[in-house]
Amino acid sequence: MAMKPSIVTGLTMTGLVLAGGLALAAGQYGPGATDTEIKIGNTMPYSGPASSYGAIGKAETAYFNMINDQGGVNGRKINFISRDDSYSPPKTVEQIRKLVEEDQVLLTFNVLGTPPNTAVQGYLNDNKVPQLFVATGADKWNDPKAHPWTMGWQPSYRIEARIYARYILQNLPKAKIAVLYQNDDFGKDYLIGLREGLGDKADKMIVATQSYETTDPTVDSQVVSLQASGADVLLTAAIPKFAAQVIRKVYDTGWKPTHLLSNVSTSVKAALQPAGLDKSIGIISAGYGKEITDPKWQSTPEYKEWLAWMQKYNPQGNIADANNAYGYGVSQTLIAVLKACGNNLTRENVMKQAASIHDLKLPLLLPGISVSTSPTDFAPIKQMQLEKFDGTTWEMFGPVISGAAS
Amino acid sequence: MTKGFAVVVPDRTAAGQYAGLSLGAWRLIGALALIALAAALPFFVSNYHVFELTMVMIYTIAVLGLNILTGYNGQISLGHGAFFAAGAYTTAILMQRYGVPYWATVPPAGLICFVFGVLFGLPALRFEGPYLALVTLSMALAMPQLLKYFDNWTGGVQGINLVKVAPPAGLGLDHDRWLYLLVLAVLILAIRGAANLLHGRTGRALVAIRDHPIAAAAMGIHNARYKTLAFGISTLFTGVAGSLAAIVVSYVSPEGYGMFLSIAFLVGSTIGGIATISGAIVGGLFIEFVPNLANDISDAAPAALYGLAMLLFMYAMPLGVVGSLAPLFSRLLRQIQARGAVPLGK
Repeated sequence: MAMKPSIVTGLTMTGLVLAGGLALAAGQYGPGATDTEIKIGNTMPYSGPASSYGAIGKAETAYFNMINDQGGVNGRKINFISRDDSYSPPKTVEQIRKLVEEDQVLLTFNVLGTPPNTAVQGYLNDNKVPQLFVATGADKWNDPKAHPWTMGWQPSYRIEARIYARYILQNLPKAKIAVLYQNDDFGKDYLIGLREGLGDKADKMIVATQSYETTDPTVDSQVVSLQASGADVLLTAAIPKFAAQVIRKVYDTGWKPTHLLSNVSTSVKAALQPAGLDKSIGIISAGYGKEITDPKWQSTPEYKEWLAWMQKYNPQGNIADANNAYGYGVSQTLIAVLKACGNNLTRENVMKQAASIHDLKLPLLLPGISVSTSPTDFAPIKQMQLEKFDGTTWEMFGPVISGAAS
Repeated sequence: MTKGFAVVVPDRTAAGQYAGLSLGAWRLIGALALIALAAALPFFVSNYHVFELTMVMIYTIAVLGLNILTGYNGQISLGHGAFFAAGAYTTAILMQRYGVPYWATVPPAGLICFVFGVLFGLPALRFEGPYLALVTLSMALAMPQLLKYFDNWTGGVQGINLVKVAPPAGLGLDHDRWLYLLVLAVLILAIRGAANLLHGRTGRALVAIRDHPIAAAAMGIHNARYKTLAFGISTLFTGVAGSLAAIVVSYVSPEGYGMFLSIAFLVGSTIGGIATISGAIVGGLFIEFVPNLANDISDAAPAALYGLAMLLFMYAMPLGVVGSLAPLFSRLLRQIQARGAVPLGK
């Protein structure tokens, strides 16, 4: 009959077209990625002494829930598996191995802490699993030659210090600089970054350095000794407890240097109030994200969008906790990378796309700051803006400065 | 007269043998079978499970150390995590700074921890019960900070990254399975050593000191010497465990040896059966698996589940798993031995 062949032909043609179409849509997949799902692994300290950072993991879970509600990434749902490592590196090793070998995740994302990440860096690079957007400020994550599968996200301490150096060179070219730093990799990174930023003027401009141990009861003698050097710029690379002491002592001795303070100690509650808010006026630091407690950002549409997300997807989160803005921003970066992967969801392509981010703007980054990477540059955020404490809040000033190594 | 039970047991001959072998020989066969099973196990499970089981064995050795001190000798310690860390860092420093091969770092780690244990055990003689607990707790609290302070040696906050161990060529073993077998060998040595110690004169002296110190002294046991020795031997075991852990994880840092580790050892020890040797295995299993299980079951309150698990175990088996089950097992053995015995008067 005349009908049958054409139905058969029609069905065959349809079948071929569909198969061809599916073959085109069918992606290349590494472990953890399918037509419908992308598995992402993460560890966070949900218990133990660093558990306040667990809020970041919860924010990320909430963000991916929102993305899934909106249809996922290129039609694929995000399966975000986040486990507790209590900030204990042996546990991190165990959980990461489980994520890679048992859960078969496509990549690990925003693992938190320098020791935890150090513990698993060798394993992840040996097994060619992306260790993407690690949540620590150490500089060593920007080393694509030695560790091509590891990438940081936030500006490292060295980047921040280079920015201070550039500010000094531009505005205080005849400065005599004193540095007080914590005697570990965190503090030393500031000293190294400052020297890198000052270049060949470093030796001439840095007139005195003093260090302290976290076990020291006070840092008064160090401050006095630095004042005696005749310096008129002071860089303090310290954690809040000691930053408060430094600010107090500097005020008490009557020394009035241009005081640059590491970003980790800008908390009004943890560092400035103990020192005395009036004694902290004029201190300069640097930031890269919008302060979510600052009224001038709270009237912007970007903040309102973030707030709406918090209220719907992360209602247990504290809207004054910067960790929730951090988790939001770094998740957005990952989604952008995954979108760029399209249907090629192999681990190699994930790293390739992560290493080719061009000027990505995120809503909660300060205006003028964007995310950029390249195959030789694994530091996604290299810019910061300076801010000055006016007695109540931190006021941004000046241009956005880059801390990229020149 | 025999009470009937389902197990078919060959009759005991007059010479005290079962099917041609003495009870002791059967025990040996049983032990060898267990060892063979343990050695074969890694070849039937995935790499990740091999890693987990290796950690179980390491924790078993650590808990065994604690059992010797707290279970058999009655000296409570809330600070064994510090000795675990000491062993780990000894290995790490020897490997990284002095290039010592990994297997050669284990005896020095044990030795150094033995010396530390004896040095600690001497002043600890003055303390009993809760006061000793507090003193040992102080060690657990101090250790991470001490590790951060002496950062010239310990690498401070950044820790020490160790070279991944390469299995010996020609054995056809991968990294995980080689380490599993190595740790298994050390575990067997540790159990044998503990058994020899605890089932002999020294063990009896330790138990006597635990139960009746005055009577023990009156019998001629040198309390101070045995108590200090118990401390040293205990920390030797835990230090060796720490050393092996550093080799397996390939990284040491102060955050890995916080106060909770010491508590976890005591929990595992108590739940397994604090005055037993095989209880240490249960303890090792508990330390490795229960926190992860709690996490899998509940995102919101895994610590509460962990506490609940502890409570349930303690309620059901107050003497620990092995501690509570061993008497039942002994009864079974005695009934087996009683079968076929010639009754008196006949």
